[in-house]
Amino acid sequence: MDSILFLIFAAIAVGCGLNLVLQTHPISSALSLVGVMGSLAVLYLLLGGEFIAMAQLIVYAGAIMVLFIFVIMLLNAGGERRGRKRLWAPWAGAPMVAAIIGIGAYLIQRAAPRTAEVTFGAFQHGNPSDIGTNLFENYVLPFEITSILILIAIVGAIVLARKEIE
Amino acid sequence: MNFLILSLIKAAVVAFVLMTTLAYLQWIERKVIAHIQLRVGPRRVGPHGLLQPLADVIKLLTKEDLLPSHVNKVFYFLAPFIAVFFALIAISVIPFGTEVNLGPVHTAMQLTDLNIGVLFILGLSGMGVYGVALAGWASNNKYALLGGLRSSAQMISYELPTALAIAAPLLMLNTLSFRQLVEAQSGYYLGFIPRWTIFQGPVPQLVSFILFGIAAFAETNRVPFDLPEAENELVAGFHTEYSSMKFAAFFMAEYANMVTVSCVATLLFLGGWQPLWPAQYGSNFLPTAMFLAGAALCFYHGFHPARSFDRITLPAAGVVFLGIAVVFLIPPVAAVLLPLFWFAAKVGFILFVYIWVRGTLPRFRYDQLMRFAWTFMFPVAVANLFLTGLAVALS
Amino acid sequence: MPPLPAVIHGPAPLSWYLILSAVLFALGAAGFLFRRNIITVFMSIELMLNAVNLSFIAFSYKLGRNDGHIFSFFVMVVAAAEAAVGLAIILTVFKNRQTLEIDEVSSLKN
Repeated sequence: MDSILFLIFAAIAVGCGLNLVLQTHPISSALSLVGVMGSLAVLYLLLGGEFIAMAQLIVYAGAIMVLFIFVIMLLNAGGERRGRKRLWAPWAGAPMVAAIIGIGAYLIQRAAPRTAEVTFGAFQHGNPSDIGTNLFENYVLPFEITSILILIAIVGAIVLARKEIE
Repeated sequence: MNFLILSLIKAAVVAFVLMTTLAYLQWIERKVIAHIQLRVGPRRVGPHGLLQPLADVIKLLTKEDLLPSHVNKVFYFLAPFIAVFFALIAISVIPFGTEVNLGPVHTAMQLTDLNIGVLFILGLSGMGVYGVALAGWASNNKYALLGGLRSSAQMISYELPTALAIAAPLLMLNTLSFRQLVEAQSGYYLGFIPRWTIFQGPVPQLVSFILFGIAAFAETNRVPFDLPEAENELVAGFHTEYSSMKFAAFFMAEYANMVTVSCVATLLFLGGWQPLWPAQYGSNFLPTAMFLAGAALCFYHGFHPARSFDRITLPAAGVVFLGIAVVFLIPPVAAVLLPLFWFAAKVGFILFVYIWVRGTLPRFRYDQLMRFAWTFMFPVAVANLFLTGLAVALS
Repeated sequence: MPPLPAVIHGPAPLSWYLILSAVLFALGAAGFLFRRNIITVFMSIELMLNAVNLSFIAFSYKLGRNDGHIFSFFVMVVAAAEAAVGLAIILTVFKNRQTLEIDEVSSLKN
């Protein structure tokens, strides 16, 4: 059952990822990315990461991607125009990407231990209370630093949005 | 396999009840708004307009499904499905009552009890915005686009106070599963004050309940925050170009979101199915008394009819109420129905407040809406969360 | 119904998750290189971050500790900050140049 679920959602993720790269209109790409994120959230659940799956839905799919879609709708700049000279680039690049993926997959398959298998429910430390305990006991400093990073980002975004560049 | 069959039956029951509720919620809304505005509301179809929802469904199903030119077809068709999917699936983690024991079958009155139920609802509410935003964008209409833009900005802004308001009671109750949340709110102070989160120590969560309530109006695009579909500025906002069943899908999503938000408010703040006062003071007889009073009222007006058809319809309703009142006295049935009654009563009260507000308040202006979220709701929610955290840490 | 092959029916090997992560990362890199719309390029970066998160979670499963979850949580936070600043920059670029093509934003080239 774990394998079936994995295969279904991996297929959705790869399909949406391909769509992201191939679509010319940014809003199609954005929705494909939401699809990738949703199926990755399900895979996180299979791996026992309940908290991170929901954080993925709330933060990534629910906030960051809505911001992307908001900006795309606001600019409403339409699809990408065809390039003048680089028509050959995708045709040369696609086999290379496929080759890199193939080699990578082979290496991972060789290097990964044969016995490592993922069973739903075997990993029990992904619940919010365990994550919180670890986060606030061992990772307090990084946590505080990210909060400062967020603050800087907010200030930067406001400055950029207000400033009129000559 | 038993689990599978049981789940399917429960899903079917929940879906049927939810759909009926959604249809009749609209009838109730029209009736209540009508009475607030000194009208009588729908009463042509069936007695007191009770068959109006059915007529509406038939009308929406048989209307022509227009496809405007120049729309982005894929997203135009996808948007209502996204909206209705994320609105309906949220009900799957909501518990409605304690347990049903029918002979060999023991099952909780809930589709599934996730240990991250609250986060699940938050995640789904975040995804719901895609339906509205896409509908606005795909319609290729400036009013629809403005409605979609407004709604995405509004929903992102109000998600912050919502999440912060939800976090405060969670700090006190220390769980994310809805069932355990309700169980943590059982019991009474001094024998009669319920330990619901809005009354519970160390910090009664009245402030976050009000904040959650206000933010819920914005999250569900209801008056006074229905800017995405403000009809006197934007025609109909994001669903301007939608007709027939696709329009009905948005309509259904809005009402389903209302029901979900009311359920979440009930479970988080109002103690779920915990009665308002303890059973030894007779809270178990409240439904019987209420339905008896309803029956008496129906019989009285039936025998002193204001309109000719009241002579038949009101006594009939009275007999139904009498039957329900008797059912609540049968002990094994009452054990199931009483929690359900308290849950439904609280959810119904919140839904009534929704309708009441719609009949009372004017719409905000868009800048007022945003200023309200960022300069009032957000700081108050942060302060409340801070205070609650401090009190929980010290106690 | 014929019995499903054991490979399909049993638990998924951990390496499948890592391969999926590699595939998604490669797709993100390809999008980053091929696409010329700034927003799509930006989204390809997000796809790569997501792929990395998947391997964090997968390794965390293997090690039986949740530190990987915390790393990916930090990645999400950084991605949120990056999206806020990046989209603000994109808005400014569009305001000044009325284009989202990265090839046309090339005033430093000559």
